[in-house]
Amino acid sequence: MTTYPLPETARKPPVVAEAADVRPPGRWAMILVVATEAAFFAYLLFSYYYLASMAREPWPPDGPLRLHLSLPNTIVLLASSATAQWAEWSARRGNRSAVLSGLLVTLLLGIAFLVVQGLEYSEQRFGPTTDAYGSLFFTITGFHGAHVLVGLIMLAVVSTRAAMGHFQPGRHLAVSNAVLYWHFVDAVWLAVFITLYLSPRLI
Amino acid sequence: MSATVLSHPEAVERLTREWETPPGILGALGTVDHKLIGKRYLVTAFVFLVLGGLEAAAMRAQLAGPNRRLLSPELYNQIFTMHGVTMIFLYAAPVLSGFANYLWPLLIGARDMALPRLNALSYWVFLFAGLFIYASVLAGQMPDGGWFSYAPLSERVASPGLGPDFYALGLLFLGISTTAGAVNFVVTFFTLRAPGMSLNRVPILLWGSLSTAVMVIFAMPALTVACVFLYFDRRLGMHFFDAVAGGHPLLWQHLFWMFGHPWVYIVVLPAMGIVSDILPVFCRRPLVGYTYVVMATIATAILGFGVWVHHMFSTGLPSVAMSFFSAASMVIAIPSGVTVLAWVATIWFGRVVSSTAFLFMAGFVVLFVMGGVSGVMTAAVPFDWQLTDSYFVVAHLHYVLVGINVFPVIGASYFWAPKMTGRMLSERLGRWNFWVMFVGFNLGFFPMHIAGLLGMPRRIYTYPAGLGWDTVNLVTTIGAYLFAVGVLLFVINLVWSLRRGAQASPNPWDSPTLEWSVSSPPPPYNFAVIPVVRSRHPLWEDRLHPDDPARTDLSAGSPLDEGRLTLQTSALDAEPAEVLPMPGDSLWPLALALSLSGCFTGLLVGNPILTGLSATLLVVSVTGWLWPETREQLP
Repeated sequence: MTTYPLPETARKPPVVAEAADVRPPGRWAMILVVATEAAFFAYLLFSYYYLASMAREPWPPDGPLRLHLSLPNTIVLLASSATAQWAEWSARRGNRSAVLSGLLVTLLLGIAFLVVQGLEYSEQRFGPTTDAYGSLFFTITGFHGAHVLVGLIMLAVVSTRAAMGHFQPGRHLAVSNAVLYWHFVDAVWLAVFITLYLSPRLI
Repeated sequence: MSATVLSHPEAVERLTREWETPPGILGALGTVDHKLIGKRYLVTAFVFLVLGGLEAAAMRAQLAGPNRRLLSPELYNQIFTMHGVTMIFLYAAPVLSGFANYLWPLLIGARDMALPRLNALSYWVFLFAGLFIYASVLAGQMPDGGWFSYAPLSERVASPGLGPDFYALGLLFLGISTTAGAVNFVVTFFTLRAPGMSLNRVPILLWGSLSTAVMVIFAMPALTVACVFLYFDRRLGMHFFDAVAGGHPLLWQHLFWMFGHPWVYIVVLPAMGIVSDILPVFCRRPLVGYTYVVMATIATAILGFGVWVHHMFSTGLPSVAMSFFSAASMVIAIPSGVTVLAWVATIWFGRVVSSTAFLFMAGFVVLFVMGGVSGVMTAAVPFDWQLTDSYFVVAHLHYVLVGINVFPVIGASYFWAPKMTGRMLSERLGRWNFWVMFVGFNLGFFPMHIAGLLGMPRRIYTYPAGLGWDTVNLVTTIGAYLFAVGVLLFVINLVWSLRRGAQASPNPWDSPTLEWSVSSPPPPYNFAVIPVVRSRHPLWEDRLHPDDPARTDLSAGSPLDEGRLTLQTSALDAEPAEVLPMPGDSLWPLALALSLSGCFTGLLVGNPILTGLSATLLVVSVTGWLWPETREQLP
């Protein structure tokens, strides 16, 4: 080992230790699932933009969608990402009650999102079989809703396990994975929201 | 056999007890052993190869002469569709998954794949999805829109039967298996390489399968979206491909080929990896240009996403777009060219020991060049306009797929079957096997180029006399049947070797990689001691660099025999990181695959109760699967 003279080392700025590139296989798997699911939504949104660019009629046929429900709903979903992250941080610290309350608040916000989404469905004047736009709207938001539902099931299972005391600091992969999936569901909603609700107002 | 095996018999006994698949039907259904799963993949894929071959034989009998009426036009359409779907989806990719599943842990010095239960799931789903697609034969409603099933032909107006539903749902179902497998390969690559197997010491087969797996992760969803749209259009009355209601038929083509062209490389790159690993063994030297071959593999995987429009040159797209995709399609020939040069140089600078496996690899190089050249030809837009949907394209795609997939696969079987079964295949019959297949293939498929140039369109069920197509078609049929005889010789050789073949030693070919350091067939736990790797050719170190004191160690280290354990290493440098407890046998993957089958059957027959019940079972299976069984397993 080379030893440096003390004054020189003292002047060097500190460096942050590198994290080891070691992840549990289950973590890798969830990252890849999120990657392939993200690609799935990317192809759905590609289809939307493709048909929009090919449309000969006005697009959307009835004008841009209203924001009075979808905008607050977006805020609800983004807020749920924050509470989910709070649950994950609490799991790292081993605070069981904070994990549980974080997960349960996330669950409630997710359910609220789905309820408002259902309200919005009932307000639409078009259906999935009206035209290609309707097919796209209901397929894209429907698949997103299905992913929210899967995320809710994950959160429910993980909450049960948290209540049973399954997790400790350094042993909470299921919590971290469920939270990662939940962030993904929220990020995808942002892309869906921008595409379906905002982009027609920009063009 | 390593020294540890002999010196600690009680450790070996513990390892065997821990890793062995229990006998009986429950053991067989619950096993997660990658070697069993790999062999099941291989056998199932070969059964589909034979089925697809029988379909091809029926078509060639029909086309042997003009105006033949062996098959009705309707049946002919169904048969060429099933032939394409079978070969491309149920044979070409799964057979490579079979090799990868069997070989990966042995090649990297691990005891199983990183996610063994997911591995079991991907096999069961593959099997059930294949059966689902072939149920259309029993239902008498096979899909008939070709393997790419273009809208609006596949829409309900034009195809009112269940055929396209079998197609759309079957491919959605199969996609789950492919995706699960891909996830497993990526995770295994980045977690389970033996200590010291840094990225520059990985056998090329792993690079091929890894590139493929990453492509699947990003390409498969395009097919999923396309098939979902098709199903929704057909069964729920939506309008994705319906031009009257604002949809567009070309949307199907874009989505299909965004998936389809990467898929071509998905069924090709691992086979190229097989060649890059086997060829050097018989040239008695390391592969020339390892780094370039690896970079070419990755470059092909990336460029493969940017060429899909070359399948759509005749659809009236803007000429700027076509120029771009034409150029990209020619650029992608460059990495393939680099790889071919590496193979030729390896043969050139090596000391060739001829064997059946070598013949198949060398034959592959010839066919790959021919298929590649006709590919570059059709990448030129004006040339493509002339020949699109003609037999020239059929010739090209068969040179590519049979040349790059079937030849390496049969060659790899000669090479690795001794490891899998413990028996050698007959070299004498093997040579007959190769030459019959090689001559039959060229006799059958080369004249198709000429038929295409003479204007014969693909997918016609018959043709009138006097167009000048009679002779080329007769020759093609004779060649195709000769090729089939070649495949039959392979099956005979395999069956013969299982009964009478010579016992295989651990390393019959004097190969350099880790799978040859264990017995043939390998023990249930693969390696009694996880090896420590010090070079790219662990078993050639004594001759490649005799003066280098750093040697791969196959016998020191802990046997990790206190449970079902393997060693996790860091993702890039493969530094030892964790002792990883591995999940044992389980029936949950089978339960999950069965509930998926229920879901898709419900969707096919339009029974929401069946679908709903199966979906509930599916959630139960996933939860049961992931629920920890003991306190120690808590992640």
